[in-house]
Amino acid sequence: MVIVGAGEAGARAALSLRQSGWPGAITLIGQEDLPPYERPPLSKKVLTCTTDTAPRTTVNADGLAADKITYLPGTRVCEIDRVHHRVALLPTQREFHYDRLLLTTGASARKLATESHSGAEIHYLRTFADAVKIRAKLDRGARILIIGGGFIGLEIAASARMVGADVTVVEMAPRILGRSVPQNLAKLIRQSHAEQGVAIFEGIGVTGFEPAGQQTRAHLSNGVTVDCDAIVAGVGAVPNTGLAESSGVITENGIRVDACLRTNDPDIFAAGDCCSFPHALYDNRRIRLEAWRNAQAQGQHAAASLLGAATAYCAVPSFWSDQYDRTLLICGFTDEPNTDTVERNLASGVNLQFHLASDGRLLGASAFGPNELIAREMRIAELLIERSASPGGDRLADPAVKLKSLLRAG
Amino acid sequence: MRVAKWIDACGTDEIEVEDVLRFDHDGRTYALYRSPDDRFYATDGLCTHEQVHLADGLVMDNIIECPKHNGRFDYTTGQARGAPVCISLKTYPIRIDNGRVLIDVGTE
Repeated sequence: MVIVGAGEAGARAALSLRQSGWPGAITLIGQEDLPPYERPPLSKKVLTCTTDTAPRTTVNADGLAADKITYLPGTRVCEIDRVHHRVALLPTQREFHYDRLLLTTGASARKLATESHSGAEIHYLRTFADAVKIRAKLDRGARILIIGGGFIGLEIAASARMVGADVTVVEMAPRILGRSVPQNLAKLIRQSHAEQGVAIFEGIGVTGFEPAGQQTRAHLSNGVTVDCDAIVAGVGAVPNTGLAESSGVITENGIRVDACLRTNDPDIFAAGDCCSFPHALYDNRRIRLEAWRNAQAQGQHAAASLLGAATAYCAVPSFWSDQYDRTLLICGFTDEPNTDTVERNLASGVNLQFHLASDGRLLGASAFGPNELIAREMRIAELLIERSASPGGDRLADPAVKLKSLLRAG
Repeated sequence: MRVAKWIDACGTDEIEVEDVLRFDHDGRTYALYRSPDDRFYATDGLCTHEQVHLADGLVMDNIIECPKHNGRFDYTTGQARGAPVCISLKTYPIRIDNGRVLIDVGTE
């Protein structure tokens, strides 16, 4: 078994293969020099805690050795020879035979068009090394410009504020978090950033940069100029599909896999941010997710598929984003057409939102508040979505009805 | 040798069936559980992955799931049962006395 990509999905797949009793060789190939590590803290704790000199590992060298997983760090796969079942590696020029291959190549930060930032240094956040570079810029009083008001941009904004930097966020779209977060929650998040003194400009782009002493002056489309010590862009991610494409594995907004995570080549599978897959809970619509929990669950599912299981992956999509002392939680889909939204007011003053299809089926849930106040209820919502439950808007909205009792109702 | 130290933590009716309660004592935090078959258990209160309070998580059968990253433990044994956790939880003896839940926080 050969796994290309040592992020969450790849590392989990390797561990799962061994846990499932696969006795043969497992080779895990990673581009970075570090052991497999957790990416969620990169935009949060790694930026605010200057004493962290290494990321938290998903599995460390001892764990890899104990599970007899051959880990090749700092290594790139440059070619898949599908006919002879071989992958060619760089820089060692070695070739590796595979019986079955798993692609967990992840995604890369989308880059700004070069003409828009000639001369200015733009930071992107994807790896621990990126985070350490950004952290070095986040002194108290440093002026940071963040381009993009999505999850990454806003988490970096919160972390930068927490270490005392002066932060401006610009978002080209009419509002921040436009892609997947309900409007009222985006408003609450905007409010908490405003309370912390972050300037957020929505519907505004950067028209150009020029040097301004030690700083860079950014011109915004509303005429405002921002002199900044560092610029970070969080404008989405693109799936890493180059290797698949060059070897004839079909892609469609990511490496195209079936419900078992198998590509058009019966011996090649894909999992995590790099793949698009049909989701049974949402009419088998093809989706691609950039989320840690999905990477973890798909890595584990792919391990089972590599070993011959033929079950469909249908975990409910689930995301979280920590900003200051609050957490945004979203599970399922909150932006399906023709849905009703009902609110449940928790005793703590925080609201949960449930998103129901016209036939009453629960499709999604969302909340923004202290994690300890919302996590349990949101997890129950996720289980209801997983079961395609139609618990009824009245009961979901009624705080006297325990959500957990709706699970038992089936 | 282990020296027992029994502490009165709460009333049995303060924990619902298939639920969990946080209990702090002497600078440490514990989680107390009442299983679907109406037995009581106790473990360390913080997840071994990222020090999050398990009492804010969801209990299903004999599993407690961490509210942050969904790591799972069997609270009856403390055993780690699902990614991302790999280190098991310490468990503590429990005794029921006159409708009270007593936890033995004694040391080795």
